[in-house]
Amino acid sequence: MKIMNVNIKVTFWRVLFVIIMILGLYSAYIRYFKGLGAVSNLSDQFPWGVWIGFDILCGVMLAAGGFCISAAVYLFNIERLHCIVRPTILTAFLGYSLFIVGLLVDLGRPWYMWHLIIYWNPHSALFEVGWCVMLYTTVLLFEFLPNVLERFQLTWALKIVKAMMPVLIVLGVLLSTLHQSSLGSLFLIMPSKLHPFWYTPALPFFFFGSAIAVGLAMTIFESTQSAKAFGRHLEFSVIVELGGALLVALWVNALLRFLDYYHRDMLAKILQPSYEAYFLWLELLLAFVIPITMLSFKKIRLSPNGLYLASLSTILGFVANRLNIATTGLEGWVGHHYVPKWSELMITVSIIATGFFLFAIAVKYLPIFEHGPVAAEPVLEPKTIRGEMPKPSHAAT
Amino acid sequence: MSKALLYDSTLCIGCKMCEKGCAEHNGLPYDDSIAAESKQSEHKFTVVLTENDHFMRKLCMNCDEPACASACPVGAFHKTALGPVVYDVWKCIGCRYCMVACAFGVPKYEWGALNPRVRKCIMCPDLVQRGEQTACAAICPTGATKFGERDALIQEAQDRINQNPSNYYPHIYGKEEVGGTSVLLLSAVPFEQFGYPSPEKLGTRPLPQYTGAVMNRIPDFVPLWAVILGGIYWLANRKNEVAEAEAMEKHGGVA
Repeated sequence: MKIMNVNIKVTFWRVLFVIIMILGLYSAYIRYFKGLGAVSNLSDQFPWGVWIGFDILCGVMLAAGGFCISAAVYLFNIERLHCIVRPTILTAFLGYSLFIVGLLVDLGRPWYMWHLIIYWNPHSALFEVGWCVMLYTTVLLFEFLPNVLERFQLTWALKIVKAMMPVLIVLGVLLSTLHQSSLGSLFLIMPSKLHPFWYTPALPFFFFGSAIAVGLAMTIFESTQSAKAFGRHLEFSVIVELGGALLVALWVNALLRFLDYYHRDMLAKILQPSYEAYFLWLELLLAFVIPITMLSFKKIRLSPNGLYLASLSTILGFVANRLNIATTGLEGWVGHHYVPKWSELMITVSIIATGFFLFAIAVKYLPIFEHGPVAAEPVLEPKTIRGEMPKPSHAAT
Repeated sequence: MSKALLYDSTLCIGCKMCEKGCAEHNGLPYDDSIAAESKQSEHKFTVVLTENDHFMRKLCMNCDEPACASACPVGAFHKTALGPVVYDVWKCIGCRYCMVACAFGVPKYEWGALNPRVRKCIMCPDLVQRGEQTACAAICPTGATKFGERDALIQEAQDRINQNPSNYYPHIYGKEEVGGTSVLLLSAVPFEQFGYPSPEKLGTRPLPQYTGAVMNRIPDFVPLWAVILGGIYWLANRKNEVAEAEAMEKHGGVA
């Protein structure tokens, strides 16, 4: 197909992308010209739905790889992981930027979003989340900037950003600790509304713990996925390393969940079948039982597909967990079910699609992967041995 | 000095004049079809429910320590000294956390509006400020909704229960629920029958304290965690320094 003298290859994914974007833009039109009631199934009974539950609660968790990996590399000196710092920072930067786009749709009065900066309420968990996200997105912008500066060879600016790096890294981990856990604190104010399977004073700890597990799982998932999609060579020793860390993180999360249920006398109740119990079982199965079982076998820990599937299960499990907290756990109090409207889902799907699109563009034009733009990369090659990993060419990013 | 409303459902005749008075004072539409609606909404801040021979009003409880005010990231809600919990639409960004946070599910939203507001009973702060009673109390023909000093109304409610124990379910709803509210309810039947959350479930602890237990630690946590992380960063990079020193030692660089 030829548009304005540019050759555009028609592929299944590109057609799908265009369809998604058209439906997403149409939904956005309904949102801004007919109101929130017309575009969504949100109501006085369910003021928060899939936009808050998925775009915000899950989006921030899925972008946690950025701070996990930069903490591992720069704070704990795990040099081997250096080669995946750039892609994870890119994912995090895109994730947080799109999260803000999601807010522009979800907020009833997005044109007053800047009020967050001038009207303060430090008692509000959402105030803290808002501020941390604003600041952390700025930090991520600076952590991402070297890609652009290198591309255009702005050496002087690169020097300035690199000089700021220690502060940026510490600030990034600090802000992430704060807002990842505060997303859980959002629900502390509703002890009588949120179902006891999910309401616990430990929510901030669970949200932080799950962010680390999912941050690791997302990094494995994304490394494998981009190796497939961009015909890149897979940093196999790196994802094996992450797979081990994921197993430990899952055990810690599982133990925390168990201790919480044990101390709140919930163990017998979660085993009795009920509407909420079915959703809880699904969550626990995907987040803990499947990935922990898989990763306990050395054979799977050393297989690209095994690691990929275990990560995928982890991601789905914790997404289910957060959706349960945001919707399933509140259905009992409300007295009826919430199912998102098609246009509500299309907004979310088109935001995700935009993320994939921007990631592909960035990888194509910026030195995200080790040896610059991917065009020159060798094809999938999963058997790189640890000691032979090429040393990173850039000193601090 | 805090004011309150006492609604005694045993004195209520279900005439819905309070609904009408509320609508008039707040500039909301009111006609027969709206009178027939049995739930609070963006255009109906109070509602009189009827079940068998019993009536029950619903309105914002105007909590002493409101969850909505604590939850709002921009502080669009606040509790006034006189009792009303008021809303500043200018500050509101429309996040709807107030609606999720409220244990009574009171705040409602203008879902069809392009610049939507949160809507709820704000206990007529203009009237209360002038020393008058709220619109619903002023219009009530039987005295079922009574406006006054909170302490005096609690005493009166207790006296009514004591004098006619057979008429009342023995509980003043709002006296201690979620730390106390500026709306007090008396009923012949348990409040749950009209969709109020049970007192056992609500508890007497103000809801903002549940979040406060975590939020109050943040000012201490931030500098501590910053120093720990900064320290780890410094140590991590110092390891390289130490390695350099070792190398220098080996080559006899340092005597």
